[in-house]
Amino acid sequence: MQQKRHTDREYEAELGRVRDNLLRMTGRVEQMIADSVRALLDGDVPLAKRTIDDDHKVNRLEVDTDDLCLLILAKRQPLGSDLRFITLAMKMVTDLERIGDLAVNIAERAVALSGERPAVFATVLSRMADLDQAQLREAIEAFVSRDTARAEKVCGQDSEIDKLYWQLAQDAQKDMAHDGNSVERGIHVQAAAKFLERIGDHVTNLAELVIFLVRGKDIRHLGKLDES
Amino acid sequence: MSIAKPKAHRASSAETAPKKIDVRDLSAGFGDKTVLRSISMPIEDRRVTAIIGPSGCGKSTFIRCLNRMHELSPIARISGRVLLDDRDIYDRGVDPVLLRRRVGMVFQKPNPFPTMSIRDNVLAGLRLTASLRRSTADQVAEKALVQAALWEEVKDRLDDTGGSLSGGQQQRLCIARALAVDPEVLLMDEPCSALDPIATARIEDLLHVLRNDYTIVIVTHNMQQATRVSDRTAFFLTGDLVEMGATDDLFTSPRDPRTEDYITGKFG
Amino acid sequence: MRAPGPVDRRRGKIGERLFVALSIACVIIPLAMLGILLGKVVVDGAERIDWSFIKGFPSRRAAVAGIWPALVGSVYLICLTALLAVPIGVGAAIYLEEYGRRSRVAGFIEVNIANLAGVPSVIYGLLGLEVFVRLFGFGATVLAGACTLAILVLPIVIMASREALRTVPDSLREGAYALGATRWQTIRRVVLPFALPGILTGAILAVARALGETAPLIVVGAVVFITFSPDLHSQYTALPIQIFNWVSMPQKAFLVNAAAAIVVLMVVLLLLNSVAIVLRNRYQKRNY
Repeated sequence: MQQKRHTDREYEAELGRVRDNLLRMTGRVEQMIADSVRALLDGDVPLAKRTIDDDHKVNRLEVDTDDLCLLILAKRQPLGSDLRFITLAMKMVTDLERIGDLAVNIAERAVALSGERPAVFATVLSRMADLDQAQLREAIEAFVSRDTARAEKVCGQDSEIDKLYWQLAQDAQKDMAHDGNSVERGIHVQAAAKFLERIGDHVTNLAELVIFLVRGKDIRHLGKLDES
Repeated sequence: MSIAKPKAHRASSAETAPKKIDVRDLSAGFGDKTVLRSISMPIEDRRVTAIIGPSGCGKSTFIRCLNRMHELSPIARISGRVLLDDRDIYDRGVDPVLLRRRVGMVFQKPNPFPTMSIRDNVLAGLRLTASLRRSTADQVAEKALVQAALWEEVKDRLDDTGGSLSGGQQQRLCIARALAVDPEVLLMDEPCSALDPIATARIEDLLHVLRNDYTIVIVTHNMQQATRVSDRTAFFLTGDLVEMGATDDLFTSPRDPRTEDYITGKFG
Repeated sequence: MRAPGPVDRRRGKIGERLFVALSIACVIIPLAMLGILLGKVVVDGAERIDWSFIKGFPSRRAAVAGIWPALVGSVYLICLTALLAVPIGVGAAIYLEEYGRRSRVAGFIEVNIANLAGVPSVIYGLLGLEVFVRLFGFGATVLAGACTLAILVLPIVIMASREALRTVPDSLREGAYALGATRWQTIRRVVLPFALPGILTGAILAVARALGETAPLIVVGAVVFITFSPDLHSQYTALPIQIFNWVSMPQKAFLVNAAAAIVVLMVVLLLLNSVAIVLRNRYQKRNY
């Protein structure tokens, strides 16, 4: 969708930098999700360790983007869609940074398993990771193209990830009750699944923010706000 | 001096207040040049309504139509109706001079009368038009200067000329002068453009208090000022009213793309 | 085009100095001439000035001839002229500037006022003779003379007042209208007070001009030799006429009298101007 440019080109460039940072952060955390789950399923401890190290790059991007947004607020006093964009960008980096942290948590579980491969849960975990990455990509695409329809789809599909988690949790508990040796494995796998489920929640947050950005209507906490 | 009318409780910002002025199909221009095209909009009682828009969009002409100052120009043209308390101010029987005592005006460049002292400036509106009882003169002057947040600064030098004040003080003097006549509506044409930021902040602070008692219409090219002081905002573009609504909504989520373009600075 | 070199700069400097010197000369030479003239007059006449000269009446003997009737006549004339010309002139200026800005009548009047200012003063004398002396029946009195002079200086008053009214910024008028003042209220309380310095200037100029007029007064019947103090209904004379008369006398002693009378005339003029300038400055200080 072709949009009009700001008359002040410096301002246009500043907004572009914020947008680029968000895209870069998204790319990184997407990679981190893929790598951490891969490390967990393949028992690849070095990959897990590399993923944990990469987190500082995401943190750097979060700090830089927040600084940029703060400056824009002070200098430009944005209004309308610019105002929504800047304030939402600051919220989005928080969600993205949390997703990065959750990927790190998954990688830590991979390290804790020290090479053991939880083959029995591979399908579900892979499916959850794929869903997370796809949803994240969809949310960012919706953001870039200001497409609320795509963002709404993301919100709708959060329940699928939740269902997968509960299914895995039940399977893991059955497994642990059945075989005493697999308790440690079960605990770590269940934790990793929980992290993936929370990643899904953060991605839904991102999608809701995109809808607010485009429509100017806040759809967060629908039905759960105190109406007094 | 008019008897103070008992003023009803002022509606809170969220509710829609009754219409003090109702503009219907107002068109205006100079000679064969049309400046305003069929404007219809309400101005709510004891609210601050801001008029924004680029240069030449007709903002100043619009408010000058509200107190019949536009017609002072020999080539002025006006059509349409402007209802003040449900009575058309352009009716045959309406005396524009009397109208202007109900609808006051403050201009962009402060214009205190240089040949008069501060006290005489404040009372000018009453002296120019009717005789003022000497006994109440001082009280009236003090009340108006207090309302304009200028009393403390000038109370010891009321006999100095108006020109001895700073720009910001002069503008507040003009506001006091307008208020002394006890109008119902106050029109302000970019009142802070010629002032420094501190003087501007003083006047904006003043508006927060004034709007409890007066209906205020303020033309401004400073959008941030509009967001700070007004309850309702109307966006004009080349003579048309593009959008009007609650200030908070208009500046965070405007409905018309032209409004969005203007407030985000995307004009070519 | 190459940058100015040292030769160009020197030429430029010389040219500038030459120009400055020329300008100063243009100011000094006329002032010097005037100064010499006045100086000679003062030197010639100063000795003759004393109370007897001022209070004395014209006589065939130069030593006792005085200027009292002429002085009284001149004072009467300028007072009446001012009283007539200033209100009418200011009123006309107000009409032209405030009410008739764009009407064709105002435009027509405007063009003709400038023309009137250039008409030789003798013509006004002829007009005054026919209208005031004969038609109105004032006869050869101070009244007729003052009316004639009033019409003569009217264009000056009108033009100066118009300029003064033009200096009033429109923002002041708008401020008054916005308060609910009528046009007349605005003029009376806002515009006129602001324009007062300029209007006073016009009045000064008018009076100064009237003081020095000779020809039109002679046409309307001012006489040269009066042995009594004139009043509104009698014959009269004026200082310039008296001076002209003495200068024409063959006796050298009368030249001294003439010089003395000129000094008195100048003193009166200076007094008038000073008063008006003081008034004007006082009002001008308020305006800014």
